Amino acid sequence: MDNLQHIEENGISTSPNPHIPKSPNLYLPYLMTVEKVTQEAPGVKTFRLKFQDEEAAEQFSFRAGQFGEYSAFGDGESTFCIASSPTRKGYIECTFREAGKVTSSLARLEEGDTMGFRGPFGNTFPIDQWKGKNLLFIAGGIALPPMRCVIWNALDTRENFKDVSILYGAKSVADLVYKHELKEWEDRPDVKLVTTVDPGGETPDWKGEVGFVPSVLEKMNPSSENTVAIVCGPPVMIKFTFPVLEKLGFKPENIYTTLENRMKCGVGKCGRCNVGKLYVCKDGPVFTGAELQALPPEY
Amino acid sequence: MKKCFISLAGLQRWLNVLIDTQKHLYAPVNKGAKVDFGRVASADEIVFDHIQTTQSAKSVAFPRTDVLFSYEKEKGKVQLENADLTAYPETVVFGLHPCDAAGFNPLGAIFNWDYKDELYNARMERTVVITLACTKADEYCFCTSVNGGPGNTVGSDIQLTPVKDGFLAEILTEKGEALVKADEAAFEADRGDVKEKYLVKLPEKFDIKTVQEKLQTAFESPIWKAQSQRCIGCGACAYVCPTCACFDIQEDAHGTKGKRLRCWDSCGFALFTLHTSGHNPRQTQAQRWRQRLLHKFSYMPDRLSVRGCTGCGRCSRACPVDMNIAEHLRSI
Repeated sequence: MDNLQHIEENGISTSPNPHIPKSPNLYLPYLMTVEKVTQEAPGVKTFRLKFQDEEAAEQFSFRAGQFGEYSAFGDGESTFCIASSPTRKGYIECTFREAGKVTSSLARLEEGDTMGFRGPFGNTFPIDQWKGKNLLFIAGGIALPPMRCVIWNALDTRENFKDVSILYGAKSVADLVYKHELKEWEDRPDVKLVTTVDPGGETPDWKGEVGFVPSVLEKMNPSSENTVAIVCGPPVMIKFTFPVLEKLGFKPENIYTTLENRMKCGVGKCGRCNVGKLYVCKDGPVFTGAELQALPPEY
Repeated sequence: MKKCFISLAGLQRWLNVLIDTQKHLYAPVNKGAKVDFGRVASADEIVFDHIQTTQSAKSVAFPRTDVLFSYEKEKGKVQLENADLTAYPETVVFGLHPCDAAGFNPLGAIFNWDYKDELYNARMERTVVITLACTKADEYCFCTSVNGGPGNTVGSDIQLTPVKDGFLAEILTEKGEALVKADEAAFEADRGDVKEKYLVKLPEKFDIKTVQEKLQTAFESPIWKAQSQRCIGCGACAYVCPTCACFDIQEDAHGTKGKRLRCWDSCGFALFTLHTSGHNPRQTQAQRWRQRLLHKFSYMPDRLSVRGCTGCGRCSRACPVDMNIAEHLRSI
């Protein structure tokens, strides 16, 4: 209950049970209109989606960290996080890279076209428990979208948190997503933003760091005192970032990350996203470092 | 619970009445050299002397391919048509053995442990289960090792035990009683037949409690590699299993129209967990075999309080490389 009260204070609706769709059929998606398409980087797009059914739009709510199944009718479904913040009402956003059949099909959609969405599924970042703490966000590449949701959630309720720092790295300058928002974060006095690109990925006018996320993090040397770290990135980045955080004094229970296993149903039935006895779709996608340590190495 | 006697002729008459009242009757029938479930038009097609059908009876509630919804696209707009759950047929599944009926318990648990899968539930609500207790078994059967038995009534609405000159009928549920009413005259007074006298004796092959305890700490064990070395990853074990519920969601697209389908899948396939990036959390057959056994005998008991195995032995009968699950469990 405490949980819900905090969320209400954070300006997020607590409308009852956002999870169960009106139809008893768990697999029937909501129809969504692609309202806005943003080309973020080569092969990476953000869609702003609006519910076509007004009642569904009104009843829908979600929390930071949750994901959905996005449909390209004729090609299938893909799993992405909801990349917009629950504090921004009236739409949801997703950011994806063209990689397989479904994402390529989605990428062909234009503004005004219809696609499908099922969700929200999964657990959430416990943002209500982070009140009064410093937040350190560390993201790599296409893993900024799941974090963007919680970053904006925190910034839209900025008074609840102390220092907010963001470290974001990508392969090259071109691969950085949300460029306009990075600029916005950079200009805010209440956010410390550090961006970095892999060696060789810089342009002549690049003013950020050059180097891999773990080494830039070490150089940043953030305090672990009263701080939670939220880390999202490719497995190799996570693997080398966790030890740096531990060296900086972060306890595993104060480190949060998300797992992204292959999914079909999103609701704990199709049998493929489990890591040991935990289902990424139900027990995740958000896990603490401590929870990961207790899991078998199967992700 | 009510006990009755029914002769073979009486049984066939009753089943034919059920067919006449538009119920879909599924029962073991001869299919080439195999005995398998099929929809029957007349009770005399039904086979009674088989040990085990090739497939389990799970498809009555969890079809191999099921339509989730249909869609039609027109100029960027989409119309959806939901699956019509009310159109699912009234079904009687007859002649399955107790291990198959027991399989509906773990299936129901998977489809309802949190989110309720109304497609499965709607089919199950419309299904009556009439089991045939086992008077014979083969070397692959091991129901008694997983808390089942040749006369186990879990999951049955009616259970018939072949006795002298007919069947002992146990009417176990209201659904069963309602079905009997279709031709009550076919059922005679209980003759006092002792069920146990007719059931096959099947000694336990391993102690399930010990196996499950050992599995709790067996994730890194070398047994997975040793046991799965000959596995070719064909997935036959999952397709014949009465409790395997893993599925894929696929598109059946024809131009601007199409259907989204749910299809049986198997954790034994390499593609099952493959990420788009090429990363695969379960890269080797040993990891996939471990997933299969741990899911059934560790994760499901821990999370759903049910085991994903009823001892029907089908996976071992179907395996082209002769992997025997009972032997593998015993060796743990």
